[in-house]
This record gives sequence, structure tokens and C-alpha cells, in this order.
Amino acid sequence: MLYFSPWKTALVVGTCLLGLIFAAPNFVSKETLRGLPNWLPNKQVSLGLDLQGGSYLLLELPVDELTGLATEDLSDQVRRTLNEAKIRRPRVRSVGKEIKVTLRDAATRPQALAALQPLVLPLNQNVLTGQGGNNIELSETGTDGITVTLTEAAIQQRINSVMSAAIETIRKRVDGLGVTEPTIQRQGRDRILVQAPGADDPEALKALIGNPAVMNFHDVHRSITAAEAEASRVPPRYFLAPDIDTGGNLLLLKRPIVKGEDLVDSQPGFDENNQPAVLFSFNSSGARKFATHTTNNIGRPFAIVIDSQVISAPRIISAIPTGSGQITGNFTVEQANILAIQLRSGSLPVKPSIIQEASVGPTLGADSVAGGLNAGLIGLAGVLFFMLLAYGFFGIFANIALLANIGLILGALSLLQATLTLPGIAGIVLTVGMAVDANVLIFERIREELRNGKKAVVAIESGYKRALGTILDANITTFIAAIILFWLGSGPIRGFAVTLSIGILTSVFTAFVVTRLLVSWWLSRQERGAIAMPI
Amino acid sequence: MAFKGLDFLPRNTRIQFIRLRFMTFVASAFLMLASLGLFFTQGLNYGIDFVGGTVLEMRSSEAKADIPAIRERLKGLGLGDVQVQQFGDPRDVLIRVELQAAGEEGAEKAQQGVAKAVREALAGTMEERRVEVIGPTVSAELARDGLIAVLVAICGVLLYIWFRFEWQFSVGAVAALVHDVTLTIGMFALIGLEFNLSIIAALLTIVGYSLNDTVVVYDRIRENLRKFKRMPLAELLDLSINETLSRTILTSVTTLIALFALFIFGTEVIRGFTFAMIWGVVVGTYSSIFVAAPLLLFFGVTREWGDGATATTRKGAVSNA
Repeated sequence: MLYFSPWKTALVVGTCLLGLIFAAPNFVSKETLRGLPNWLPNKQVSLGLDLQGGSYLLLELPVDELTGLATEDLSDQVRRTLNEAKIRRPRVRSVGKEIKVTLRDAATRPQALAALQPLVLPLNQNVLTGQGGNNIELSETGTDGITVTLTEAAIQQRINSVMSAAIETIRKRVDGLGVTEPTIQRQGRDRILVQAPGADDPEALKALIGNPAVMNFHDVHRSITAAEAEASRVPPRYFLAPDIDTGGNLLLLKRPIVKGEDLVDSQPGFDENNQPAVLFSFNSSGARKFATHTTNNIGRPFAIVIDSQVISAPRIISAIPTGSGQITGNFTVEQANILAIQLRSGSLPVKPSIIQEASVGPTLGADSVAGGLNAGLIGLAGVLFFMLLAYGFFGIFANIALLANIGLILGALSLLQATLTLPGIAGIVLTVGMAVDANVLIFERIREELRNGKKAVVAIESGYKRALGTILDANITTFIAAIILFWLGSGPIRGFAVTLSIGILTSVFTAFVVTRLLVSWWLSRQERGAIAMPI
Repeated sequence: MAFKGLDFLPRNTRIQFIRLRFMTFVASAFLMLASLGLFFTQGLNYGIDFVGGTVLEMRSSEAKADIPAIRERLKGLGLGDVQVQQFGDPRDVLIRVELQAAGEEGAEKAQQGVAKAVREALAGTMEERRVEVIGPTVSAELARDGLIAVLVAICGVLLYIWFRFEWQFSVGAVAALVHDVTLTIGMFALIGLEFNLSIIAALLTIVGYSLNDTVVVYDRIRENLRKFKRMPLAELLDLSINETLSRTILTSVTTLIALFALFIFGTEVIRGFTFAMIWGVVVGTYSSIFVAAPLLLFFGVTREWGDGATATTRKGAVSNA
């Protein structure tokens, strides 16, 4: 147990040094780090919002409302289709995700089913699961009824499509705020997490996110270019809007052709030449306006404006009488997808609501870091002193291991780019107190063996051997608790679970392996014969 | 160069812990009942994590925040129950506003104006340090997840100990955990300290720590069961507790050193967490010695370790293995 082969020694020492090297960037300023060559480790522990200050928002999409809207649309469609098929006065009502149709004349059911069949459309294939399926299912109920059911997959697809659009809107606006490294991510089925470090005014962030994007379709001026208007003056009833594609401006008619809210859907797809395209469709009033405009303006461009920015200015190739059309161009699939999302973001049918919000000012964050650091250093000093007092010379071994342990924790946190939160700091300080437990177990064992009259080397040997099982059992149980915390915890609490679990792993290594190496070095320098045990 | 450490505790202690078991069981049972009583009568002072609402931490520009004046100013806002208390530094106050009733725009939306109203009412004299708003959806989820976390942790531990030891040990360890968690909750009900998500984290850590202690004692019991096949169980338990006593105390001391440093020098935000941990370490240490170990005497232990014999000792009767 006390013999370390050279490569094993190298491994242990190397691990400790590596930990220290990765921890090192935390002890120098960000400016110094920038001046260092790239091959040196330069990752610092990233501080959570509670330590560096910033705002956190959790938004939720009203899924029920969205499903309700979808069923409403569907029941309108069913009613219209049956009317067009000349089915006599059917009763159509929606119950949850189902549309119940009751026919006056049971004999017309085959005819009605045939009429409704074209409404059944395949969904876009899900790339991940390979599942496609249809948007709705038709089934017969009773003698004179038909049930149209919105499938779960269709609802999920609708939620996904609205979510990606809502996230896109938020991302664009938060990016405009100019905070460093904002995080906008989807959480679960219907939630969006927004984290903006450094943004300590939550009201500004909320105002930014709370309002839906405004989208309109505008006509471009027939004769005057934007450059000419900028040089002289902008004609009345017109305005200039920046075009993100070209970087220049466009001169647009203020009164929109169609408003964004009339857009029902837009999805990426392919045109007849199999080129990526964006497919879109308007509701009936939008379709009428758009039909008139496109018929009269073939060959001319129009502009799609979101939040006063032109995101696309396609040319009208042909009249679009039905309200469903496509935008083609030299798109890649990715670009078509982005444009489709942008179009949807301008016509969100429902608005996400804020369900949780938190913001921490920079001064409190700094106070927390300072307080945590003080507590950590004082706690560390106390534990180091106590171990020295309790175990004398052997206490030094435990203390070296404890310091190596802290280095390894910091190194692991930097390497993993885990977020350090205030509870995370508490986790590290707590680890300082609990990490020496393994050494206490070992040293108490050694003392016991010595008291039983064993020789030094034997006592040390069996002290380590016998304590190992106990150390493992004791640490695995704490580890179970930490994993559960990580699994079920959220935000800052997760940070605590992370530091606690890393601390458990590193402390077993340092307390069991590192001290054993130190003790074996010390033993090899002792004279043969009776060794006075300084413990 | 080489110097010895101090043995803080007398060597070879022979304290008869098991003899005290009726006294300590009665004491533990009483404290647990009292905790449950307090929990059901007094209740816990739940933080907004679990009941929703708005919390603002603000710093006064004066040397000491004028709490009555702040209360007075916030009274007129019509926000329902508003608590104002000093928070650490005399300049700092914590303002807590209860969950607002759902208005026409829905329950979540109703919370949105609170922070702004408080901020505006105190504009000019107070600087905002922190604000947290939790709506009814999230608070209900956090409360549910917190409860699940504690229950899952206890079950996980039950299984692990069962796997590593015998069912008697497993039940003893879990009884000790339930004891620790109940007493911690009772303490929070008694002193009315805010019970929030970080206290759940503390509870889980206490579960881990207390178990750590219990496992060390159990490990020794198992070892001694193999070593002294004919020693009466009561005596064997006493021996095992005594042999591990110095370790139990030393580790508690180092952990408490770290926790007190955190309690005194850390920020106010984690003081509740640290308090729970300090209490938990004390209770957890007590329970490993006075609850987990003596319970084995009641359940009896299979003394088959090592030699395959399957005899059970009860109440310290001599094994016939």
C-alpha cells in the first residue's frame, strides 16, 4: 500500500500540478490573462449572476391558449369544408383537442368524410425521431358523427414553431442591449430562460422582451431610391428603414400593404426547382390585400419590416391570389429557415409571460464574492491550524492534501467552465471542513494500530487499508445526495451541487492518495528500526 | 522536526452510550414530536421560492435604514402583506411582498408591477441591490421538486445502505436521517427563519453528512461483529461507538469551523443555509451515536459476517454461532 512506482508517483504529482495550472488563471486579473500566450490555460471560473450581477428571466408560453387557437382554426376549416361540400347544416363544436361533427343526415357521412380527407396532411418529418404522422385524425363516432382530432405531434410541432420564433425575437432584442454573453435558451417544452449578466435593470430587460415584435409588409418607393432621399429629403408618407441584407436603407411607404398579424404561418420548404424557399400563408383579409397588391405590382419589390428593420425585400414574380405564396432566392436551407422563423416571430399568436425574475446589482455580487472569500480563507486557516494541533507532523500531510484539494476544485471548475454561484462558494467552504474527514479516519486508525502495539510501517499500512472501505462508503452516500440535488435543483442550488460533488471526488483523491504518497516519501527517509511516529 | 499531535480525547474511552438509550430515545421522540407539533401549529416561514411573491433587497443612502418610515411609505401601495426587515448591514433592508391575487390579466402578470411600485415608492433614498419575483407556477414546482428531492435522497440512501449492509442498518440509518430532517424543520418552525430553496439544499447536505457519520460507526460495528463473534451486541455497539468517537468529534469540529467562518463572514443571503447546516451537523452527530447505533439493538443484527453462520442476536444475548 505504501509503495509507489515511479509512474504512479508521476501520475499523482502530475494530477495535482495540472489542477494547480488550471486553477492558476483565477489568481490573475483578466487583463494579465489577455497578455499571456494562448497555449497557457486561460479559463477562469465563470461567476453566476448572483455573484457578478445581472438579470434572469424565465418565460412561459401559454400552451393551452395556443392549442385553443389551433383547435379554433381547425373547427373553422372543418365548417367551411363541409359547407363547400354541400353537407346539410352539420353541427360542429370543439371539445378540448377534438372537433365533434354531428350530421343531420347519417347517409351523408361517407361524403363528408371524403370532403374532409384533404385536410389530413402529413407533418414535416421529425429529423430526430423519424416520426412524422399526420396533423389530424378522422374517425367515425356513433351513427351520424365524425370526430376530427388534432394529433399530439401536430400540437408539438405548433409549439416548437412558436417557441423558435419567440426565442428568435428575444435573442435579437437582447443582443441589441449590448450586454456581454447573454444566454437565451429553451427549457423543456414551453419555457425560455434569459440570462443577461451585467444588466442590472430588470425593467429595461422586461420592457424589451415583453412586447411582441411588430412586423409589416411595405411597398418600396417606385422612383426615388433611399440614397436620393437621404441626399435631399424623405418624401411625405414615406420612411427610411435599414436593410440588414445590403447594409443600406430602403425608402418605404408608411402605410403597410399587409400587417404581420395577418400572416398565419411560414415554414421553410422547397420551390418547384427544388431550391430552398420560404412558404407563407395569410388569413383571408390578408390574402385579399396581398392579392390586389401583387397583381398590380408584378416585377417590383416589397419589404418585410420587423421592428423597423428590413429583413427581406423580395421581388414579386407573379400575382399571389390565394394568400399562400413563397419567397425564393439564393437561399441556403439554413437561411430559408431563419427567414421563416423571423416571419413567424413577427406574427406570434400568443405572448410568453414572465413567470420568474431575478436580478442582482453589481455591488451585492461583489460583496458576496468578498464575503465568501473571507469565510473560505478564515475557515481554511482554522481547519489547517486544527489539523496541525490534532495530528502534529502528520497534520502537515493532511494540510498539504487539503490545499491540493482546493487547487483541484478550482481547476476542475475552470476546466469544466462550471458556473460558480454563492451557494457554490458555500459548497467549497463546506468541503474544506469535510474533506479532512478521510484523513481523520486514516490517522485515527493509525493511532489505534500503534496503540495496539503495531510497528510504524505496519500501522500506517493497515490504517490506510482499513480506512478505505469506510471512506468510500461515507463519501458515496454524500455523493448520492449531491447528485439528487443536481438533478432536481435549479440555478444557484445546482452550483452548490456541482462544487459539492467535485469536492467529494477530489477530496477522496487528495486525502487518500496524496497523503499516502507524502507519508511514503517521509517513511523512506527514516532510519531503519524503530520509527518514532509523529502523530 | 517531527512533533506529535495532541490527543484531544482520552484514549480508550468506555462511555456506555447504549445504557443511555432509553433516555436518548425518549428525548429524540419528544423533540421529533415537538418539531412536528411546531410544524403543524406554527408552520414554516416559507420563502418566496415556495409561495411566490416579490423580494427586494435595498440599501439606504443613510447610515441606518429607517424601517418604520419605509413601512409607512409602502403601506399605501395596496400590495397586501409587506414585510420589511433589517438584512445584515444596518443600511440594508429586505422587503418582501406577498403573492398578488390574480387580476384580469392572469396570476403571473399580476406579480409584474410589484417591484416597480416598491422601487418608485422608495426612489431617491434607497439603492436596489437585488430583486426576485416568483410567480405561482414556478413556486409550486419548486416546492414539489424540493419535497421530491428530500424523499428521493432518503430512499436512495436506504437502498445504498441496504446494499452495503443489512436491512437493520438501513432502517437505522434512515431513522437517523428522518430524525435529523425533522429536527431541522422543527428548528426552523420554532425560530421562524425563512425556509427556502437553499434550506432544501442544506437538508440534503445534512442527509449526506449525517449518513457519513452513521456509516463510519456502522462500518466499525460490522468489523467488530466479525472480530468478536461472542461479544454481547450492546457491549459491541458501545465498543464501536467509542472506537470511532474521536473521529466523529474531530470531523464535526473541522466542519463546524468551516461553517462558523461562513456564518460569521459570509453574506446575509446564505446565513439561513449556514445556520441549518450548523444545526444539522450537531443533530447529525448526535443521531449517529444515539439513534442509528442503539436502534440496531432493537432490530437485532444478523451475525453472519464472514463465516456464513446465520444466527441472530437480540438485546445483547450471546450468539450461538
